[in-house]
Amino acid sequence: MKKPELLVTPASVAHIHDLAKAGADAVLVGEQRYGLRLAGEFKRLEIIEAVNVARQYGIRVYVAMNALFHNDKVDELGDYVRFLADTGVDAIVFGDPAVLMTVRETAPHMKLHWNTETTATNWYACNYWGRKGAKRAVLARELNMDAIIEIKQHAEVEIEVQVHGMTCMFQSKRSLIGNYFEYQGKLMEIEKQKYEKGMFLYDKERDNKYPIFEDENGTHIMSPNDICIIDELEDMVDAGIDSFKIDGVLHEPEYITKVTELYRRAIDLCAEQRERYEAEKDELLAQIEAIQPKHRPLDTGFFFKETVY
Amino acid sequence: MWRNEQISKIIDGKRVIVKKPELLAPAGNLEKLKVAVHYGADAVFIGGQEYGLRSNADNFTLEEMAEGVRFASQYGAKIYVTTNIYAHNENMPGLEEYLQGLQEAGVHGIIVADPLIIETARRVAPKLEVHLSTQQSLTNWKAVQFWKEEGLERVVLARETSAEEIREMKEKVDIEIETFIHGAMCIAYSGRCVLSNHMTARDSNRGGCCQSCRWDYDLYKLEGDREIALFDENDDPFAMSPKDLNLIQSIPKMIELGIDSLKIEGRMKSIHYVATVVSVYRKVIDAYCADPDNFVIRQEWLDELDKCANRDTAPAFFEGVPGYKEQMFGIHSKKTTYDFAGFVLDYDRETKIVTLQQRNFFKPGDTVEFFGPEIENFTQTVGTIWDEDGNELDAARHPLQIVKFKVEKEVFPYNMMRKEQ
Repeated sequence: MKKPELLVTPASVAHIHDLAKAGADAVLVGEQRYGLRLAGEFKRLEIIEAVNVARQYGIRVYVAMNALFHNDKVDELGDYVRFLADTGVDAIVFGDPAVLMTVRETAPHMKLHWNTETTATNWYACNYWGRKGAKRAVLARELNMDAIIEIKQHAEVEIEVQVHGMTCMFQSKRSLIGNYFEYQGKLMEIEKQKYEKGMFLYDKERDNKYPIFEDENGTHIMSPNDICIIDELEDMVDAGIDSFKIDGVLHEPEYITKVTELYRRAIDLCAEQRERYEAEKDELLAQIEAIQPKHRPLDTGFFFKETVY
Repeated sequence: MWRNEQISKIIDGKRVIVKKPELLAPAGNLEKLKVAVHYGADAVFIGGQEYGLRSNADNFTLEEMAEGVRFASQYGAKIYVTTNIYAHNENMPGLEEYLQGLQEAGVHGIIVADPLIIETARRVAPKLEVHLSTQQSLTNWKAVQFWKEEGLERVVLARETSAEEIREMKEKVDIEIETFIHGAMCIAYSGRCVLSNHMTARDSNRGGCCQSCRWDYDLYKLEGDREIALFDENDDPFAMSPKDLNLIQSIPKMIELGIDSLKIEGRMKSIHYVATVVSVYRKVIDAYCADPDNFVIRQEWLDELDKCANRDTAPAFFEGVPGYKEQMFGIHSKKTTYDFAGFVLDYDRETKIVTLQQRNFFKPGDTVEFFGPEIENFTQTVGTIWDEDGNELDAARHPLQIVKFKVEKEVFPYNMMRKEQ
């Protein structure tokens, strides 16, 4: 049976060694100047190193260029795309059509993955971006299992689904943390804390904690729980979903490595030895629960949840 | 500007604007549509029963849309329909029939975000113009170029774009550009927020947005396992509620940039709001276009806008990156200072008696203000009030009740009467 790719976000070049050994088939890297909410910051030099490390292990490297670009960065996109093509990365992840246009102009053979995070919600849209040049669509996290399987059945492009980690709920161009400090009159805090990780918004009514951080792309608010469906992979493996993603943003490298190892085993068993998968999957989930940070409860995202409107 | 697009021209020694932008207004139902058009909107955007982003608004049936189109065409105004959800697989059945229905109703165009709806409209309802919704968060000229090459007639820009960015888009791409000038707005990049999905299981990108961004939160920092509050006891909680957009001062710049359509937000707002905001912007645009070099913003226009505001306002991104002063902390809205008290149905010039539909309590002795496109605002004191049958009333107490009283200056149907609180 076809096995989905296991795609992971490394925190550093050194971390790629660990992830490759833990069983990752591909890594997603990039820098915040072009990519959104990455687990690590990989400038050009680190991308070259990442490709070299990945080659040693025979795994693929994708680079995130999925920011929403304003005019000021449009002119430099070509240079970055050319650099990525020369470096030999395996695919570019985009959301903004400006990247698609730039790749057509400067590196027409570069593989493209369409990922806007929130708007890949039906199979027609996936195939539309496929006709425009994308080879893969990364589905919105707010879809349930039935919708995901139906999209895969109709898809003319590869389908990637996030199976683990936190997801983005909100992106604003405004400096919302900095603005709050400024409103409070804590001007000193702005430079000191604005770009720190580890901040969260507390929602009393729901007793939820939403991680929040700022970077070059604005303010990002993340989901209160980490998705974990290590014990629910059967339907998507059977449907032939092409890639399972573990998003490690705001997690420790050791945690990401361990989770990768566990999903590696889960995917292998699920695809090759279904009965053993059924027997072992609760134990795999228990092993993730054992290392889960206290402030990050696990849940199953929208895979089994109904949304109304 | 693109090629030889001309914004202004010297006529008889005086510069005048020859490219007047469209004033685009919202309407949540047929009555609001008629008011928007009557008060000077060049085009109105409305929502249908499906595929739009305000599932809580009244929204139009196809029959109502056809009536709206007929009404608007008497004024030379256009109707656009918002079909800007990001569809899920389950929304696909029925889409073709719906879009064909819009075409048959005679609407001019649709405002769309999802390629599914763009391409389906092209195929089954080719007479509809297709405008790209702000839900696509268009922020650069190259992405605008992409949608131009896809054959779209118009793009609505992200609310995060600045004047300088719009100038460059206009220079580089020959496509109609629509931008927001007034009303509530998302604090997130539109289409990139799913707070409602997570917090209330309502899909924000299919019309279920519950405005979680307007709630209060507490900001903490995690140090190891310790949670440290980043606020003091007396601090207002963390908030990200934006003040409403108000670009009245920037209209001259927007006209000179050649922006094609100036859009007012608010399909959920009242007819009083729509009438007030549309009439003010109508006056600003007309005055500037007639004599741009001697134009000044009149204080009475600013005061007038304030009479229907339920939040503080700010210019947001058009004039630079907004800071904390363009958000609301501690407060969530402000009380409107005026009530919409009555809607003029008729006026008898002989007897000076107005026939008016009551929209809020008023009584003899109250000071009321009349406004409308045919008149200059004026105030007067209400005298004796009668019901339809000529019985004297101690007050106009009942919503939609038809009442009559004497008004010294001439008023016209669709004029409105408001009362200071």
